[in-house]
Amino acid sequence: MSPKARLPVALSLSIAFVVAMLVSAAYLVWQDLDQLEKAVVQPILSSRSGLMVAAVVLACAVVVMVVKSLHDGLFALPGKLAEDAQLILSTEPSRRLEPVGSADLKALSRTINSFADQRDSLRKDVELRVQEAKHSVEEEKNRLAALMSELTQSVVVCNLDGRILLYNNRARLQFKAMSDAPQVAGGGELIGLGRSIYTVFERNLIVHALESLQHRLRKSAAQPVANFVTTTRAGQLLRAQMAPVLTAREEGERSLTGFILMLDNITRTFESETRRDQLLHSITEGNRAALANVRAAAEMLDYDDLEPALRLRFRKVIKDEVNAMSKRIDEAATAFTDTVKTRWPLEEMLGTDLIAAARRQLESRTKVPVKLEDVDEALWVRVDSFSMLMAVTYLGNRLSEEFEVREVRLRLTGAGRMAHLDLIWSGQAMSTETVMTWELEPMRIGDETSPLTVRDVIERHDGEIWLEREKTKHRAFFRILIPSAMPQQELENEAETYLRGESRPEYYDFDLFSVSEKGHALDDRLLSELTFTVFDTETTGLNPSEGDEIIQIGASRIVNGKLRRSESFEQLVDPCRRLAPESAQIHGITAEMLVGQPKIGEVLPAFHAFAADTVLVAHNAAFDMRFLQLKEAATGLKFDQPVLDTLLLSAVIHPNQESHRLEAIAERMGVHIIGRHTALGDAIVTGEVFLKIIPLLAEKGIRTMREAREAAEKTYYARIKY
Amino acid sequence: MTKKILIADDEVNIVISLEFLMKREGFEVVLAADGEEAITKIREEKPDLVLLDVMMPRKTGFEVCQELRSDPAMQDLKILMLTAKGRDTEVAKGMALGADAYMTKPFSTHELVERVKSLLGLAE
Repeated sequence: MSPKARLPVALSLSIAFVVAMLVSAAYLVWQDLDQLEKAVVQPILSSRSGLMVAAVVLACAVVVMVVKSLHDGLFALPGKLAEDAQLILSTEPSRRLEPVGSADLKALSRTINSFADQRDSLRKDVELRVQEAKHSVEEEKNRLAALMSELTQSVVVCNLDGRILLYNNRARLQFKAMSDAPQVAGGGELIGLGRSIYTVFERNLIVHALESLQHRLRKSAAQPVANFVTTTRAGQLLRAQMAPVLTAREEGERSLTGFILMLDNITRTFESETRRDQLLHSITEGNRAALANVRAAAEMLDYDDLEPALRLRFRKVIKDEVNAMSKRIDEAATAFTDTVKTRWPLEEMLGTDLIAAARRQLESRTKVPVKLEDVDEALWVRVDSFSMLMAVTYLGNRLSEEFEVREVRLRLTGAGRMAHLDLIWSGQAMSTETVMTWELEPMRIGDETSPLTVRDVIERHDGEIWLEREKTKHRAFFRILIPSAMPQQELENEAETYLRGESRPEYYDFDLFSVSEKGHALDDRLLSELTFTVFDTETTGLNPSEGDEIIQIGASRIVNGKLRRSESFEQLVDPCRRLAPESAQIHGITAEMLVGQPKIGEVLPAFHAFAADTVLVAHNAAFDMRFLQLKEAATGLKFDQPVLDTLLLSAVIHPNQESHRLEAIAERMGVHIIGRHTALGDAIVTGEVFLKIIPLLAEKGIRTMREAREAAEKTYYARIKY
Repeated sequence: MTKKILIADDEVNIVISLEFLMKREGFEVVLAADGEEAITKIREEKPDLVLLDVMMPRKTGFEVCQELRSDPAMQDLKILMLTAKGRDTEVAKGMALGADAYMTKPFSTHELVERVKSLLGLAE
């Protein structure tokens, strides 16, 4: 019983006790009186009955006051104190007790308050430390991610199951080059968080490399790495270096938990080395035979008894062979320079990019206005752009400082296997000797100095530089010869990646290390830990059975509870049938956009690979699945993985809502809609909605794949058969 | 008795010198322009020594050498291999296949004559 409820009980009991005592005392006194005394006392008493009642009431009042004060001191205040202390403990840590009641109670309250203060400061301290630790972990993570994205080498980190935990953009581009369907899936079917590395590399190769790693670890090798070279399906030559990922040092003996693959595409290096070998061969062995012929013939000429006709023949042999040798050496020299200059790591870049960068540097660092003149936009060059830009800027700077040149122009034109990079100015003529000294002095621009000279930079490029004059125009220019390169496909859509992803590309997820150890049966797996492919299709119409076809597929991946926008799939599809012009209002896709796009027979295999080993998620999945299933016979590809439908799941968590359209759900869930009604836009909204649904399902006790499917089946909407 | 030498090489420009040189040293000279011709001519003409170039059409010098050494009738034939390949692995191969001597192009004609003479037991 609470102190509050006890009070009225105690009060009524004590009043009853006082009244009973008085009544029984009066009764005993009355019984003790004889008749006569009673007769005397009665009139006295009865005339004072009011007074007596008042006395009783007074007595009661005194009793009530005493009892109440006792109750307050013994029960009510300690009770309240206990409750308040409980509040501090559980809900309101900042609350403090108000010292009331007896001196002891007050002292107790103050002690409790000091405990609370102490607890607060401890907690703050702990929070601060946690915050600091989190911050530094986050910082390290960012540093690592930044480092990874800057690396010019491909890096892929896998756990022991061969699942990809981390990769950089370079790796993504490289895998794209290896893809069977690079235009369609963009390599996304090969690389992605949680995907298996064995789709790219033979399992045995990795297993073998892992074994040799383990071996080296046991032998405590200084650098436990394993190397291998392999060819990919597309015929590329890859050199891979495998390094171990070990458990932290504190956990006793360090064991292998995964591996890092550093990949180099050496197809080109290999080709150029082979070419170099052939050249070397033709120079040495090719010339040995010729030299033998010459030497033998020359030695024959020493004989005095030689007939004139024979002498003539030997001379001819010498002349012919020497000519042939000269020709061979010329050819080799030309071919050799092409391969020799690959030794300094020059990068191939679009000439216009180099010129644009040179213009920016010149303008910002020398304050000389720069104009462009005749820049060949199709030209590719092979340069060490850092040193080359420095050389151009240095020359421009000296022109402005020493010859007061007020404007320079840049020109880039092709000239066979070289390119001409010209730095042009008009005005004062300068001597060639002056230029020679510029070329040989260490470069200096303002405060920045370099140990390199322009000559060093030129030699690094196996190029040349000279001063040339255009007398008719009263201009002069530095002509720098730099090697040109074969035009290549630009290292694709890096820009696109950054647009699509958020501030940082979502290429890493360390939590996957722990995931792989759990079971593989999807049914009993938690929704929060599964990998999903959220997708959407745009179609020519609503009836696949009447010939409507898919015209676009968009998809993205959810790995470890996060939508990985950078691992997206988006592809237009030629439906091979007429597209109703009205339908463009819905999806914004016109017939012209579909011309030349791949057909569904090419796109579905890529999408199938993209979605492999994941759970499919779509809004009104039944619709999209019907389109996919109608293609099963033609493509031989079955989409037989589990499917979840956000429409059905929304009905599970909000059975009383009228609308379960994607827009309506997104609005309810606070998902911001962008780019709807493109397949990828809708897939992304579906993914965001799905991520919000997962915790709401959990509140209803629906946590595993099986539970979600069963709940979805029970909803009204589930009567639509897949 | 005049010793007979067969020169097997497809390069006319060396054959002309070798032929002149060998004739001048008093040998009888037979020519073959490829590996198969070399084998036929060796069987017909039974030379005492053959100057065998490694790189020849139809059959390489290695093949010719191997085929000759597998024939018991050819055990006395001296084989001097000539090659433009300077690698020691090839010298080893030639010797392993049964060549008596090996000379790498370019060689001194004077040394060649000495080697030929010593192989034929005519050394001064």
